[in-house]
Amino acid sequence: MSIKHSLLALLQDGPGYGAQLRQEFEQRTGGTWPLNVGQVYTTLGRLERDGLVESAGAADEEGRIAYQLTDAGRTEVEQWWAVPVAREQTPRNELAIKLALAVTLPGVDVQRIVQTQRTATMTHLRDLTRLKRRADGEDLAWELVLESLVFADEAEVRWLDHVEARISRLGPPEAKASRTAPGATAGNAGVREGATNG
Amino acid sequence: MTQQPILRLDDVVRTHGTGNTAVHALRGVSLTVRAGELVAVMGPSGSGKSTLLNLAGGLDAPTEGAVSIDGQVLASLSRAGLDRLRRRTMGFVFQDLNLIPSLTAIENVSLPMELDGVGVRKARAAARDALGKVGILELADRFPEQLSGGQQQRAAIARALVGDRRLVLADEPTGALDSTTGEAVLRTLRDQCDDGAGGLLVTHESRHAAWADRVIFLRDGVVVDATGDAETPESLLETGV
Repeated sequence: MSIKHSLLALLQDGPGYGAQLRQEFEQRTGGTWPLNVGQVYTTLGRLERDGLVESAGAADEEGRIAYQLTDAGRTEVEQWWAVPVAREQTPRNELAIKLALAVTLPGVDVQRIVQTQRTATMTHLRDLTRLKRRADGEDLAWELVLESLVFADEAEVRWLDHVEARISRLGPPEAKASRTAPGATAGNAGVREGATNG
Repeated sequence: MTQQPILRLDDVVRTHGTGNTAVHALRGVSLTVRAGELVAVMGPSGSGKSTLLNLAGGLDAPTEGAVSIDGQVLASLSRAGLDRLRRRTMGFVFQDLNLIPSLTAIENVSLPMELDGVGVRKARAAARDALGKVGILELADRFPEQLSGGQQQRAAIARALVGDRRLVLADEPTGALDSTTGEAVLRTLRDQCDDGAGGLLVTHESRHAAWADRVIFLRDGVVVDATGDAETPESLLETGV
């Protein structure tokens, strides 16, 4: 997540000091990705060093310094809006790694892993839906963040369904149990056959 | 949860055919839906979802086990008694809307009550309430062909909810609706359950099932998993979602 660009974007709306920017960020994203105030001040310090922000005047009576965008800062934000968010080439996905290992190692009940994960993801999805329902059209920014999480969970459940369908298409594990390496349970025998041959 | 069960399935088995050609649609499923609760059923095609819904609605009878609604075992009811229970207690929302083309929206919605002997004026008043709940009261006098797909779907839901329906059974109720309209349909279903009805929702969309209190997963006619009761959603925010 780009704290740097988020702070620059918020400063487009006018000068602000650290705690205020942090509060505005969390208000818009519903506290989904909490920032600590130290991170905010460190980032503002770097932005000032790089000439993207400058202090908007002397400190107020509480000693807080408001920052504002410089011309270079304004250009940087414009650039941020203009270019797509960069994706890590292959972001590490613990669940995909877990299942890739599960279908290739003996003694792992893949079906159980899929079911346990799906139940957990569905529970998470339901709780997100409740939060969304409470927001009820009042706060567009927060609802869009929630919906992005909802769609991510939905994609995960679809993938888990797909994994389950592929595993069950390999047929009942008992039929292939005799061809399984010693130590493997009947529960994953079919999967191992499929993974090895397919 | 201390609410009384509205729908109960006890170790229900449904087998079509016999011997080598027997198809085991459900193989010992138990399920309880209480007042105020919406339960979603998910599972791949052929897992028994629709059979479960048909049994719950008394449209099909189990081979073994019992289905009861409000404590009455359906198998113990006469044909007329079962029809009465379905008209008065249950609402159905199917993918195929079955709106009658020659009746206006309000006539379609009030029809189940009128068939049940409720006076026209009273039935129409209840139908207006139901159309208001789904947000299409101003379209009450239009015929189905004058309504958009989403509006027709809402009329069908109003018909399922009209009067005092204590059990709502829905099979993919959002059909081919766009996501915003589909969500409005689920919101209506959810509201009806929050007002005290029990609901059973069959869907293959996890985003829709997420509106339920609990989700059960069927595979090859058995329940393979179920989500537990709700925690407080705020707990999601304590560590970031």
